[in-house]
Amino acid sequence: MKIGVLVKQVPVSDSSLRVNPDQLWVEEGSLNFEMNENDSYALEEALQIKEQSGEGEVVAISMGPADRTPKIIREALSKGADRGIHIVESSSHESDPYILATLFNEAVKDEGFDLVLSGLQSDDMSTGQTGLILGELLGMSTATMVVETEIQGENLKVKRELESGWFQWVTLSLPACVTIQSGINQPRYASLKGIMSAKRKEIREVQKDELTTGDSLQSLSKMYVQHKDKRTEMIEGDTQEIISRLVDVFKSEAKVL
Amino acid sequence: MDILIVFEAKDGQAHRMSLETVAAAQSMAKELNLTTAVLTMGKDAKSLAENASALDVGEVLTLEHDLLTEYSADGYTEALKQIIAQESPTYVVMGYTYQARDWVPKVSAQLAIPYISDVISVKAEGDSPVFTRMVYNGKLISDITPTRGDTAIVSFQAAAYPEDSVISGSAETRSVEVELDASMIRTVSEPPFQEESGGVDLSGAEVIVSVGRGIGKEENIPLVEALAKSLNAEVGSSRPIVDAGWLPTFRQVGSSGQSVAPKLYLALGISGAIQHIVGMKGSKNIVAINKDAEAPIFEIADYGVVGDILEILPKLTEAIEQ
Repeated sequence: MKIGVLVKQVPVSDSSLRVNPDQLWVEEGSLNFEMNENDSYALEEALQIKEQSGEGEVVAISMGPADRTPKIIREALSKGADRGIHIVESSSHESDPYILATLFNEAVKDEGFDLVLSGLQSDDMSTGQTGLILGELLGMSTATMVVETEIQGENLKVKRELESGWFQWVTLSLPACVTIQSGINQPRYASLKGIMSAKRKEIREVQKDELTTGDSLQSLSKMYVQHKDKRTEMIEGDTQEIISRLVDVFKSEAKVL
Repeated sequence: MDILIVFEAKDGQAHRMSLETVAAAQSMAKELNLTTAVLTMGKDAKSLAENASALDVGEVLTLEHDLLTEYSADGYTEALKQIIAQESPTYVVMGYTYQARDWVPKVSAQLAIPYISDVISVKAEGDSPVFTRMVYNGKLISDITPTRGDTAIVSFQAAAYPEDSVISGSAETRSVEVELDASMIRTVSEPPFQEESGGVDLSGAEVIVSVGRGIGKEENIPLVEALAKSLNAEVGSSRPIVDAGWLPTFRQVGSSGQSVAPKLYLALGISGAIQHIVGMKGSKNIVAINKDAEAPIFEIADYGVVGDILEILPKLTEAIEQ
């Protein structure tokens, strides 16, 4: 079983974000980046599938600038991925999921993956599309929001999350591409041995500018802070003042006390 | 037609988000002088068409086919591709439902046409629309425009347009056909099922004390339960708490859990991911306590406290009990 996993680097979740003067992207200079949370579940699932089948390879794939992306790939390698592919992005930021997927497709189409996993969406652009479009470009069967996987010979059986607490089992023919929902597993921590051995593992670099991209289908023309339409009373002061105002709100506004 | 609205069924009727999408489409149609139509497909195509024919839309298309009786991503993708070819809509719109997430990007990929997902509003710039969507977990907003193709697909976030603003009317129904082959469908689906349905019905609760990741560790959950007890409230949670196994699934509020509208919703250490917000933003009074002053939960809160819930919770419980 040869498994590719898309792992994206995104700003850490409680980052303070500021928009660039051109209003097209955030100021990244002062930000710290981490592995997109949903992708970390996809990585863990790939590692578990490989361990259960007792053979195979897990390849961690990421796109992004040279300064911070290798760190994310190394993290995957230290948890047990066998090698990495880094699409090195030196110029503009890409937010069109179709272009992103065509770049991944160009970089991995000769790998012959049996399975491609990714998180169901990223914490930055959250289009929820890149993994699925890549599956289409690779000619794979697809399923999304998966909370359990089971390899059955030439097939992959997955439990999909539907809305409002409903689920459904779906069997896909391999090769398949699925997106992973949180709750499927608890990602492992890297062991010291894993961290040491990750240093010797290969990361293949592919220059983004040398890949053929698909046509741009959509463009981001402006990024900005949401105009707030609701008035929020911010309760300030020391803990005692905050608590007495909260009790007051419960009594006289919400009328639940 | 200019705007084709794809309906989805829930319990044999039009999904609430399909009706919200009609509200969005009607607003776009009015502003940009466009015509609309509804497409219903699958085993509930007829009953959905009945729902749709009582709305102010140009016409209602019904599509029935043995291979569309049960939902499959491949079947729906192929069907919509053929309908787009036959009807040439400028926009295809639908709700950003879990089902839409599963198949709509495939249509975009196969036809190389834009799909702008999870849109919260549409504004007209000249005679073309600009679509607005949230990025960075709701901390920022982006404007998106389609750049290629004669058709663009757009899905709308839950409650982006209110269902009660849908304009009624009457529309004729027309059947449409597609050619599908069983070999196109690469998946086999089993019937949907529900887990742990016998839990608590949060939708009837007057007060909900809801906890998120800010609680830190499982050992702190009793602090939340104590506060809930003092307020005679039910305990709710955001997804990460249920994922970690700290509270059972039936406590989860949001798109994958329950939708609630209590008199008081206390959000403790909940950042306010949109998947959570869609399940609770109808609450009468929302009080949020979070240590991150930029947490999106404050965008929809009536009262906000920037602070540490571990410090505030025990003292708040004590104050209420006195």
